[in-house]
Amino acid sequence: MAPAESILEVRDLVKHFPLTQGIVFKRQIGAIKAVDGVSFDLRRGETLGVVGESGCGKSTLAKVMMALERPTSGSVKVNGRDITKAKGAELKHMRRNIQMVMQDPYTSLNPRMTVGDIVGEPFEIHSEVLPKGGRRKRVQELLDVVGLNPDHINRYPHQFSGGQRQRIGIARGLALQPEVIICDEPVSALDVSIQAQVMNLLDRLQKEFNLAYIFIAHDLSVVRHISDRVAVMYLGKIVELGGDSQIYDRPSHPYTQALLSAVPVPNPEGREARERIILQGDPPSPANPPSGCRFRTRCWKAQDICAKEEPLLQIRPGTDHLSACHFAEALDVVHVQS
Amino acid sequence: MSDPSVTQDLIHGGEGPAASVVSSSNRPRSLWQDTWDILRHRKIFWISFIMLILFLLMAAFPSLFTHKNPDYATLAKSMDPPSGEAWFGYDLQGRDVFARTIYGARTSIIVGVLATLVTVILGGVAGVLAAYYARWVDSILSRIGEIFLGVPYVLGAIIILGTVAPAQSSPDRVTIMAVVIIVLAVLGWPILMRIARSSVIQAKHQDYVQAARALGAGPFRIIFKHLLPNSLAPILVYSTITIGSYIGAEATLSLLGIGLREPVISWGIAIADHTSYIRTGAHAMLFPAAFLSLCVLTFVMLGEAVRDALDPKLR
Repeated sequence: MAPAESILEVRDLVKHFPLTQGIVFKRQIGAIKAVDGVSFDLRRGETLGVVGESGCGKSTLAKVMMALERPTSGSVKVNGRDITKAKGAELKHMRRNIQMVMQDPYTSLNPRMTVGDIVGEPFEIHSEVLPKGGRRKRVQELLDVVGLNPDHINRYPHQFSGGQRQRIGIARGLALQPEVIICDEPVSALDVSIQAQVMNLLDRLQKEFNLAYIFIAHDLSVVRHISDRVAVMYLGKIVELGGDSQIYDRPSHPYTQALLSAVPVPNPEGREARERIILQGDPPSPANPPSGCRFRTRCWKAQDICAKEEPLLQIRPGTDHLSACHFAEALDVVHVQS
Repeated sequence: MSDPSVTQDLIHGGEGPAASVVSSSNRPRSLWQDTWDILRHRKIFWISFIMLILFLLMAAFPSLFTHKNPDYATLAKSMDPPSGEAWFGYDLQGRDVFARTIYGARTSIIVGVLATLVTVILGGVAGVLAAYYARWVDSILSRIGEIFLGVPYVLGAIIILGTVAPAQSSPDRVTIMAVVIIVLAVLGWPILMRIARSSVIQAKHQDYVQAARALGAGPFRIIFKHLLPNSLAPILVYSTITIGSYIGAEATLSLLGIGLREPVISWGIAIADHTSYIRTGAHAMLFPAAFLSLCVLTFVMLGEAVRDALDPKLR
């Protein structure tokens, strides 16, 4: 795709959660390094997939980008303005441009509000967007856009199924016509057939409204389906960042290769052909990450340099995209087109 | 995927479960309406509800139940047992016990309801603030609450009432009722604060609150639109039960001679005045005591019925 202007710029984003001890006099004894130096750009109308296992900082990243948490350092620029430093009216205004779809459709909708109130809430908060009289009609239009019956405007969330609730959440995210939508595992709480419906809906909305998505997930095939580019996270850092086919067909970081080799292949014919890379041990604690390369404790390629020198996220010889490994080399682990 | 209309069909066809829920009545149903539906079918709710109406009528219009003057005393009839003329007999001063019991409902219910109201306001505001702002606001409010909670209830009441309105003094009707109400609320608010705080904290971590913050909602909107409606249930249940226990507490304080006193008519005073005559004329004490127990029971039963309806998981 042609390089378009970037709408979201994340630079050296760090979020540490302090670990405290003591009841009256709290003192800090360490920090959970949930996000530790993450940088990337998001272009207009593009989808950036973010994958990684549980606890690698994906959701924290989303919260910091939404300005729901203040970062320890770094910046998140939306259209050139830093949302992490914005306050009050400015922040409120910036929120119109960046919205979020939550993971769990069962807790992301207020059970005491009607669908009309939930989807209409953005207009009540940002009352300058739309005069009062037009709101109900606009809410019904939004429900129609996400494939819900506009006549259900007076119903309550508990009267809908999981997939329908997620559509309500998407309608709420769309209401202010943002340019960026952060989807924090939007389909992981849904079953497979509903996942496909919601993914297709997101796809269609992207084309219709020229939205840019940050699509966070732990399901690699879901991310591949929707993403233009993919970032792989491990322990608070991006270890590999590249185009869809670059990551999936020519992964160069050992962690990405191990992740991809674990994806279930539905076709029994090709399944035997791929190599399984089985990682030893668990991810290290984010409170005390290993020196140098964070993946070295579980990496089969690790050498002395990995403990001493932290590999930077850059294009390595023999590969065509960013990778944070001293020994990056492209390797097709999957062999099978999924 | 390629043909949007197919997807649309799938979507509209796939709402079986939701549609069947609504089909019985075409109106949308909120969670409060569901609660009312459960409540409606419970016998215990209707029993307590009817008793509540009776007590409220007694409190509001005592003359509906008796035409006698509760203050009219005929010493010659002192401690006369129940008869056709006076259903509950006469008390020590020769006043009609039935009339005094009916008129006593007003005081007890006013004290119970107002003390609960003050408790809910004090405790609710403190609890919501502590939960919403957390950090040092929470620490300070919680510690203050613990100080009040550390004072034993009756001891605290004796100390405050003994200072403000000593047993020998005779403050007027409104003053003494206000003092008793404030004492009950001041000693009782920390429990409500804890309940409000915990349920607001629970609601605060729900995703819809995060979503509202992401939309740019201010504290006012988040508290009143999202947190309060979702944490009201336990507060509602506890306050209903509290009305009952405050009515009992008011009687306790009157019995000890430091709470309400003449010329106020209350069940607690009637019990206190006649405890020493229990062997010769039990009627003067037993009838007010029975009304007191029934009234407390009414509020407790009502509270439990509401709790069951609000939280079907408990059944």
